Amino acid sequence: MSKQAQSETFDPVDVSPNAMEMDLRPGADKCDKNSNCETVCPVAEVNEDFPGPKFQGPEQWRLTRKGDLEFDESVDKCLNCMRCDTACTNDVPLGQMHNVARANYVDNQMSHASREFLRNKMLANYGILGKLGSMMPRISNTVFGLGATRWINEKLLGFPSERSFPDFATQTFRGWWSDRGGDATSAERAREARKARGEDGEDKKVAFFHGCYANYHQTEVAKSMVRLYESLGYEITVPEQSCCGTPMFANGMLEDARGVAEQNVDTFGALVDDGYDLVATCTSCSMALRKEYPELFDIDGIDEVASHMFDAVEYLRVNEDLEAELAGADVDFPAMTYHAPCHGEVMGVEGIATELLADVDGVELDDTGDVCCGLAGTYGWKEEKYEDSMEIGAEMFEAFEEAPGEVALTECPMCSAQIEHGTGYEVKHPMQLLETALVES
Amino acid sequence: MAINDDVLVIGGGIAGLTSAIAAAKTGAQTRLVTHKQSTLGNASGLVDVLGYAPGEDTPLSDPFEAFEQLPDDHPYSKVGADAVRDGLALFDDAVGDEYLGDHAETNALVPTHAGSVKPTARYPRSIAPGLASDDRDTLLIGIDSVTGFDAPMAADHLDAVGVPFDVRGETVRFPKSFPQDADVTRYARALDRNEPTDDGPVRKVLAARVDDRLDGEGRVGFPAVLGDSRHETVRTELQDRLGVDVFEVPTGPPSLPGLRLEDALYEAAEDAGVRITSGNPIVDYDADNGRVEQVLLDRLGSEVPYKAQQYVLATGGAVGGGIESDRDVVTESIFGLPVEHPDDRYEWFDDDVWGDHPYTKFGVSVDADLRPVAGDDVQFENVRAAGSVIGGYDFATEKSGCGVSLATGYVAGNTAGELL
Repeated sequence: MSKQAQSETFDPVDVSPNAMEMDLRPGADKCDKNSNCETVCPVAEVNEDFPGPKFQGPEQWRLTRKGDLEFDESVDKCLNCMRCDTACTNDVPLGQMHNVARANYVDNQMSHASREFLRNKMLANYGILGKLGSMMPRISNTVFGLGATRWINEKLLGFPSERSFPDFATQTFRGWWSDRGGDATSAERAREARKARGEDGEDKKVAFFHGCYANYHQTEVAKSMVRLYESLGYEITVPEQSCCGTPMFANGMLEDARGVAEQNVDTFGALVDDGYDLVATCTSCSMALRKEYPELFDIDGIDEVASHMFDAVEYLRVNEDLEAELAGADVDFPAMTYHAPCHGEVMGVEGIATELLADVDGVELDDTGDVCCGLAGTYGWKEEKYEDSMEIGAEMFEAFEEAPGEVALTECPMCSAQIEHGTGYEVKHPMQLLETALVES
Repeated sequence: MAINDDVLVIGGGIAGLTSAIAAAKTGAQTRLVTHKQSTLGNASGLVDVLGYAPGEDTPLSDPFEAFEQLPDDHPYSKVGADAVRDGLALFDDAVGDEYLGDHAETNALVPTHAGSVKPTARYPRSIAPGLASDDRDTLLIGIDSVTGFDAPMAADHLDAVGVPFDVRGETVRFPKSFPQDADVTRYARALDRNEPTDDGPVRKVLAARVDDRLDGEGRVGFPAVLGDSRHETVRTELQDRLGVDVFEVPTGPPSLPGLRLEDALYEAAEDAGVRITSGNPIVDYDADNGRVEQVLLDRLGSEVPYKAQQYVLATGGAVGGGIESDRDVVTESIFGLPVEHPDDRYEWFDDDVWGDHPYTKFGVSVDADLRPVAGDDVQFENVRAAGSVIGGYDFATEKSGCGVSLATGYVAGNTAGELL
């Protein structure tokens, strides 16, 4: 038999067809150690003891295969920005590998009685904390603002006293939505808008994944999204929903994340079946549903949910002729500086709004460039990581200082918290600008 | 509703960036779509045009002189020498004084990390004092923990190839210690920031350690780790402290000269008004009547259409993902364009490792206008190819990778823009 004929009878078989754990081997095998990932890692940049993404991903995975080596605790220092994912030219799923490694470390090696674990558990389950805090927003804001509370938070729980807790909105977004008449009002307004636009009978329906931050804190962003979408003829539904799971992934609490993922896939999967597309204003929420869920969990309907999940700006860019809509707009915005969130970059949706707004009369826009803010959701909320968090952010703070604008623009609520903390700038979401340009002007 | 532009360039390497800049300069609204943000981390940062004529072992002094010897299906034969000059002019304009070599058409000889000399048309400013045509004696400095550059070995090799100067290699310890297998960017950052060490600022201590080894040589070469964003400041300070010229020797991936080139070209593209979309691949297309109507971008599971009048395909060869194969067939990966190759896959390579491997020339065939063809038939009237997705040349052997990308990128982008 010739070499060729022999090789053609070769039939590769799956050696572990029933494996419960996801197989990271193909991803690890794609790594050719070109180290492009290392050049973009914000933690490696400021913390010289941190072995970078190549180690945390493929190398650590191989080292731990035989079970005689533990996961290195440094995986806890990865901030889950996923910049390594965007840098890898070989499609190694570094973010997925880091999430799995971190979960292994937290599950099996980290003391579940430690202060760090309890604090991380609180951060990971921020949705519950946010719900409690928002029940009595004024009291919560006062209590969290007290020096004594900050002192206790730092000494007992390990939250950095330098940061002030974000204010709770006096009314949650969901409260506002419900007072406004919920889905029925939205359907009515969308119908009127479609009629005015001459789009009779069109089926424009989106389900809004507002997440925690837009519900409890940045409610103005969510409200802008609603008004903008309705003005373009979209009926919106706002179903009961769980936290997207991002803080759980970032803290290695994969089972908690699986719980919320199952609930969200169930709820939003049913809406996809009913013809809804899914949108989120927070790029970490949309990334969780779109990328992390299918990378980490095998849940019925997960791929349908993932492929229908859009960033709120991206969705309009893809489905509407925003260039034409904006052509006549004349706005009076202050000079602004845009910061692209890492998770927006991972999905390839960063800068869509700035590309569109750049040509609008009255808009002056700069960019902080390709830098991580350093807060990374819950990372910068840990006392022992505060210094690294601020050092990573330093490049972004400098870029804001150098740019002429004194208003910041970003899609990510956590980037916006870091921008406020480091520069004192007012921060806007592109939804708010687009609402001003398209609805109010 | 598709996202609409005049010209859409697929691919973010040198060919794609060149095409996009060329198209934008005609006034066309141009978008560049790149799957991955970073593609030049694997590039040396040297810009070659043609280092060796076919079958020759001696480097070419004038790359243009050998163009006549190239086969008809070589991309240079398709676009001609003037296209190469146009591409180089675009490049010179884009990178400004970061690069040298535009004073002459002849090749410069650059010492490499392996101790060979590479014929190249343009080279970064930081590499300039190291040229092999310069007869000043040379000290190469290796850093013990930077494994990609063994200075004594490189010096021996340079000596063996007969460079016209004395060359010596020494190894020093870096003033700061990093975890094992630390990346070149760590060294670069420490030098960029001039970080403190127990013995003083890192640049000062490094210079002192090298000064101890210097024995009358007129120049000192380091692996290419001398700073990232402030690399000229780093190199200038080392020169001032040592009192001799300091240069970088290009090293393997991730290569800082490659990353600096990437930054310079992206900046030039943005300045030219190119819209950049990165993070997701183009995977499919819709065509009608011999024209591509739109291409489809896969955004993690669903497809988004991008529309343009003209398209440039600059997705790279087998390494970049523009050309793919299974066990039976080799094709172009987005449009399924045919790639000429032997039916028997055991004829795709040569048994001799250093032999003449057919696969190195695999790529799409194009007409004089760079439109992909099957035989003589143009596949789509509004698609042009640029860079190593085009077949017919072995860039690694003849040292022509960047030149082909610049020349075909210029022609594809400029033609696409002019056609509007």
